[in-house]
This record gives sequence, C-alpha cells and structure tokens, in this order.
Amino acid sequence: MNEMTITNAQYTTTANTTIICKIGGIRMQVPTDLDNRHYVEIKKQVDAGTLTIADAD
Amino acid sequence: MSKARQLADNGAGGQHKNLVINGGMQIHERGGTITLGTGLTTTLDRMTFFKSHGGTNTVEQSTVAPVGFSHSLKAITTVADSSVAATDRVAMIYRMEGLDAAKLEFGSSSAKTITISFYVRSSITGTHGGAVGNGSDNRAYPFTYAISSADTWERKVITVPGDTTGTWAVTNARSLQVSWGLGVGSTYSGSAGTWEAADRNSASGATTGVLTTANATWYITGIQIEAESFATPFAPKSFAEDLYDCQRYYFKFLEGNNKEVGVGWYYSSSHVSFMFRYPTTMRATPTATDSTGTNFYTIYRNGGSDGFNSVAFENGSTESYSAYNSSEVSGTAGQAGIVRATNASSKIEFDAEI
Repeated sequence: MNEMTITNAQYTTTANTTIICKIGGIRMQVPTDLDNRHYVEIKKQVDAGTLTIADAD
Repeated sequence: MSKARQLADNGAGGQHKNLVINGGMQIHERGGTITLGTGLTTTLDRMTFFKSHGGTNTVEQSTVAPVGFSHSLKAITTVADSSVAATDRVAMIYRMEGLDAAKLEFGSSSAKTITISFYVRSSITGTHGGAVGNGSDNRAYPFTYAISSADTWERKVITVPGDTTGTWAVTNARSLQVSWGLGVGSTYSGSAGTWEAADRNSASGATTGVLTTANATWYITGIQIEAESFATPFAPKSFAEDLYDCQRYYFKFLEGNNKEVGVGWYYSSSHVSFMFRYPTTMRATPTATDSTGTNFYTIYRNGGSDGFNSVAFENGSTESYSAYNSSEVSGTAGQAGIVRATNASSKIEFDAEI
C-alpha cells in the first residue's frame, strides 16, 4: 500500500526542483531529492502510474 | 579486554552511548495532539507511527512520567478497531539514520549485540510486542515485553543479537528501526526472539488490546539503544542538545504573528525573493510546509508594506531553501526589505524525517 496519500502535484519551477502537492490533505512543497522520503513516495506513485505531476505555471 | 575497558570504549555512563534522539520525549516541535493519519505520521520529534486500521489514535506529549523524567509520549485509542484484520496495524517506530547505525556493523560478521531499554505504562496489561528491523523492511527480530500492572510505569530491557545478514544502510538512509506494536495483525507479527527475512512491527501472540479498546492508553519514555549486551541507566542529554539533534530531521522555522523570515528583495515588480537557512545541516533536502491565508506574510520596504498569502519554495539543499512570492506582491524591482509572518496562523516548517 502507499505510505502517503498524494494529490494535486505540480512543479513550482520550470527547472523542476520542487513539487507542490497535498500529502494527507496538507499543502507541502517537496524537493526532487531522492533522499527525501516524500519525493521517494511521489516517484514511486508516478512510476506506478497512479500519480501525475503537472508542469510549472 | 577488561569490562572497564569495554565500558570506556563504548562510552557507557556517558551521554553519547544512547543512539536514540529525544528518548526522554522532551522535544515536541510540532506541538499539540496529533491524530494519526493512514500510513506514516511523525508525532513527537523522531517518533513516527504507522497506522493502517479502521480506528482512530491520537498522540501527544505528556508530563506523566516515571521518576527521573519530565515527559513521555502518550498514545490514546479514541476510536477502537474491534476486529484486527491480518494487515491492520498501529505501531510507534523509531527510525535510525544509517550514519548513526553504522557503528553497530549490522549485516556483517562483526554485528554488535544491542540492548533496548525503555519505560512503558499502559491501561492494557499482558504481553505486548515489538520488533527490530532494517530500512528495507525485510529483516526483523520480533520481541515481547510484559506489562503486569495497569497504569504503572515499568522499565523493560530487550537484548538483541546483531544481525549478521541483510542490508543495513550506513548512509543518511533509513537503517535500524525499532517498532512498538499497539495492535498489529498477523501479517506484520513474527516469532519472538529470532531474526527472519520479513517486515514486522510486533510479535505473534502479543496483545492488540490498545487498538481494540476505546480510550486505552500507552505511554513510553526513556528509550535507549546501546551497543551492549546489558542495559545501563538512561543517559540524558541537555534539552538544547536533543533539540539540535532533532532539527536534523524536522525544524519549525516560525509559527505565529510578527515572526521574522529575513531579508527579502524585489527580483521584479511582481516577484519577491527571500531565503530560509536551517540551524543545522538537515539529513536530506527537506519538504517545506507553509500555512496560507490572506496577508499571512508581509515584506516591509521603502516606508511601506506589501502583504502576500503564501510562500513558493524554489531551490533547496540540506542547508537552505530559496523561496519567493509572485502571486500577490507589487513593488519596485531592486528594492529590499524585511519579510515577516503577519498572522497568528502563519507557519513555516521543514521536514527531512526518514
């Protein structure tokens, strides 16, 4: 099972350095760092096809 | 080698023998009563819970504590789960970073015996369970401990032989972890007293009473993990030392009105930039959380002010994070000022938990 419920994911910068999303209903901004547990979970869900990250505005 | 030499080498009697940060439960930066969500929830600093069941649990810092301690972690079952399915579980987990666990040499023939000691108190008596495991969730050593008297502090000691196989991180990744099951189904429970290739949070036969009983309570404090085959007295650190160590994993930059962020400047007429620096190097580039609302933050510049509602984080590292707002601000490019939180509900947090 997923360890976190993640929704509304979108990169905050065109360099894709940070993702804004909701985790467990809370607004969070997650760096694209594989040592960050939130990003590891985001990547896992993206790789599984259950989450999509929108481009930066 | 003499016992005295061994004790000296291991720092026994010194405050650095304990591999647990915030074992005395004095640090609760997030504050308040925390309702566990599905999956992982961090509560008091460094104390994570995993919950997957139909009931509700809350966790808070308590001043109910055994002699010699000022605080404990208190878990309460506010809504019981009367039927614990095989995959149901709620457990407190202390997750140790590999850089700290490396000295134990798990996964090698030199793996050291460890001893876990803690003070526990519960309204539910009987045999309780837990488990030591690795960060890959595929090595586990379940254990049991008995609570003989309800609502009474008891010190428990668990000695675990070092695991000579398996993968045990020696980097900043998740490594050795200790779980205390408050109600764990059969899938995540194993035979006590032996290493196995499995993901466990408790031992077979342990009570699930904390989970199945409304208003059941479970307290813990004085957690110590040491590279010894016996328990030594809990080695407290100063509050400041424990707080500093905790901030490698979580740091509340500000909460409340009139709290300073720092210097900000107009990169353009509609874009204000500023920086956050942490008090210590964090374990990883942290996740940032900002509370949002009308004029929660303000830049004061050129004799005036310019409010904005939220913070966008840009480029992070283990030392700092750059940030900006380009949604509500309006000023003159090149002007600088001071950025300040300007609402009682303003809050900025950084989380690099494992």
